[in-house]
Amino acid sequence: MKYSYALPAGLIASSILFAGCGDNGNNNKGNNSNNEAAATAAATNAPAVNAETSAAAADFTSAIEQYRAYVIEQSDAFVKQTEGFTDAVKAGKLDEAKALYAPARMYYERIEPIAEALGDLDPNIDARENDVDPAEWRGFHKIEQALWQNKTTNGMAEVADQLLKDAQLLRAKVETVDIDESLLVTGAVELLNEVSSSKVTGEEERYSHTDLYDFVANVEGAQKIYELLKPELAKKDPALEKTIGDKFTALLAELAPFKSGDGYVSYETLKEDEVRKLSQNLDALAEPLSNMGTILGV
Amino acid sequence: MKKKVNNLYDNGQEAIEEVKNGTKSGQIFDKKLSRREMLRLTGASGLGLLLGGGGVSGILAASGAVHPAAPAPQASSEDIIPFYGSHQAGILTPAQNFLCFASFDLTTSSIADVKKLLQSWTTAAAALTSGTLIGNANENPNLPPSDTGEADGLTPSKCTITFGVGPSLFDGRYGLASKRPSTFADLPAFAGDSLDPQWCGGDLCVQACADDLQVAFHAIRNLARIARGTAVLRWTQEGFQRTGGADPKGGTPRNLLGFKDGTGNPDVTDAAEMREVVWCGSESPAWMNGGTYMAVRRVRLRIEVWDRSSLSDQEATFGRHRKSGAPIGATDEFAKLNLDAADPAGKPVIPPDSHSALAHGDGTVKMLRRSYSFSSGMDLTTGQLDAGLLFISFQKDLVKQFVSIQKRLAKNDRLNEYMVHTGSAVFACLPGVREGGYLGEALLG
Repeated sequence: MKYSYALPAGLIASSILFAGCGDNGNNNKGNNSNNEAAATAAATNAPAVNAETSAAAADFTSAIEQYRAYVIEQSDAFVKQTEGFTDAVKAGKLDEAKALYAPARMYYERIEPIAEALGDLDPNIDARENDVDPAEWRGFHKIEQALWQNKTTNGMAEVADQLLKDAQLLRAKVETVDIDESLLVTGAVELLNEVSSSKVTGEEERYSHTDLYDFVANVEGAQKIYELLKPELAKKDPALEKTIGDKFTALLAELAPFKSGDGYVSYETLKEDEVRKLSQNLDALAEPLSNMGTILGV
Repeated sequence: MKKKVNNLYDNGQEAIEEVKNGTKSGQIFDKKLSRREMLRLTGASGLGLLLGGGGVSGILAASGAVHPAAPAPQASSEDIIPFYGSHQAGILTPAQNFLCFASFDLTTSSIADVKKLLQSWTTAAAALTSGTLIGNANENPNLPPSDTGEADGLTPSKCTITFGVGPSLFDGRYGLASKRPSTFADLPAFAGDSLDPQWCGGDLCVQACADDLQVAFHAIRNLARIARGTAVLRWTQEGFQRTGGADPKGGTPRNLLGFKDGTGNPDVTDAAEMREVVWCGSESPAWMNGGTYMAVRRVRLRIEVWDRSSLSDQEATFGRHRKSGAPIGATDEFAKLNLDAADPAGKPVIPPDSHSALAHGDGTVKMLRRSYSFSSGMDLTTGQLDAGLLFISFQKDLVKQFVSIQKRLAKNDRLNEYMVHTGSAVFACLPGVREGGYLGEALLG
């Protein structure tokens, strides 16, 4: 508890000290004559805040519309694929269910930030064991455990029905969910943070080891947002726009060798240094991507 | 699914309540605050922002002032070690309390990126060592702050950041092969080495030292962050020694074997000796003129074995008395090491295979040692402490100095029974930077 308390203190103290204590703020800035130069050069990964360009307010209407269309398209496919998966589960077709599991999830993983904005839908669909009260655990990972660990579809019919209903509910809700530019910006980073904290470690798909499907889908979801914001970003900070584009290319190239047929190899076949390299490439992308907020103006 | 964070702010809320109730109001802005109080209060106010401003108004109301006096500790000049200069700091600088060392691998294939990284590191290091925030995006609500913030409000704590480049920088990748000095290469294998690749080598190194571990960590964390996309961490090691607070007289620090370590170091205030031992001069390539070579060895100490050996064995191993640090037979720590002294039976008083005797040799070859102890938790295989010494030395010629001494030691040192070298790296520590310049300018410019 002690540690977790100290963390936000350090992170947020700066804004308070600077906002509240004018003298101190000035002092701090005046301390180092090179601060300005330091600021610009130090932040290779941070955008150069340019007063000239930030004055023009960006219009995100089209990007938001296009993103909603993308989310609807992904949700449609998600419902369809999930239905195929749950049908197989209910019909007791173990191998077929296992084959349909990871591909169906990719449609969800691409738009995960939207699902997270929709109340309990994310835990209902995507909670892992221990994420929620055991009595409330349902969704994909409960079935994953049955298929891979218990090697059976027995007892999963009800869970499958519920999962399909949750998927359909998600589809219904995305029509009207609030999407604004800041959700796009933070959503892209969240998608990569998801990879960083659970997929690259093999925690997400602990029974099926299909983590790379989720990994790729999260990255694709982030890339979609980047593509939509790219014109605005290119106006505001072309260097950042280029860096992010390059890092997407590098990460996808790093993932390419792990493709296998229509899918991806099992996480279990990854060597330690391969995992580390994937993680480092992900960090190399997520760091500049986290500065896309520069297009939001101040 | 997204990971959930529970009750992260419980303690912070308590702190806010305390402030709101006015229990601390008299002290908040009038008196000098201890760091702990400072952290507590900034923590509380920061939380106020998160929780919708309640905490902020609580703090300001308690102060009763629009512009309350700054509670941030003021950096006194003796707390700042200048970053700019003809040599890098952190070499002759008396060793600070803590070390965070990081070795990096470059992931870029472009020398322009390497240059950009060193430019960015230069400006960041100037800010880090003077206690100012890095970057210009620390108040923009739409962006991650450019400084990670954990050293905000802390004094610079004599922070020094020393940069070096490894021999691998001069392989084929960047077209620098012709610039590699002939003696600058990975260390040869020494007898008894048990090197683990995870503790060896690196294209670049950063040695951050400070009298506060959080300040030192902050430096490495931010430099690694800036490097993302260009270089990745290869290995890191934190180190410590007794703090100035625990040893106000500033005696020679003791290593984890309980013996004083560094007694025989050359005098860093003797400029002529430093030119002779440490600083590269005109005999070096221009890009190293004013630089020095660093040898780093991660030495795991077998402390459990050591702790079972008798005091006389321990002293014979070092060739020195444990309590005083004096050579065996002498009482003054700084007494000359008399390797010719013999007992009535004709046996040398200081065993010729003792650590001091072998390290000293004939006394003509010296290096500047600047090591730190480390403790990295426990070794899960043996259940023993994974502790030891991050040996760091600076010298103008790795082969003539470090290698010749280490060859002697590796072969015969009695101390070898109690230690094993698990990591090894060498770096060319670049010359200092003038204001407006950048690290490695003469190499990459």
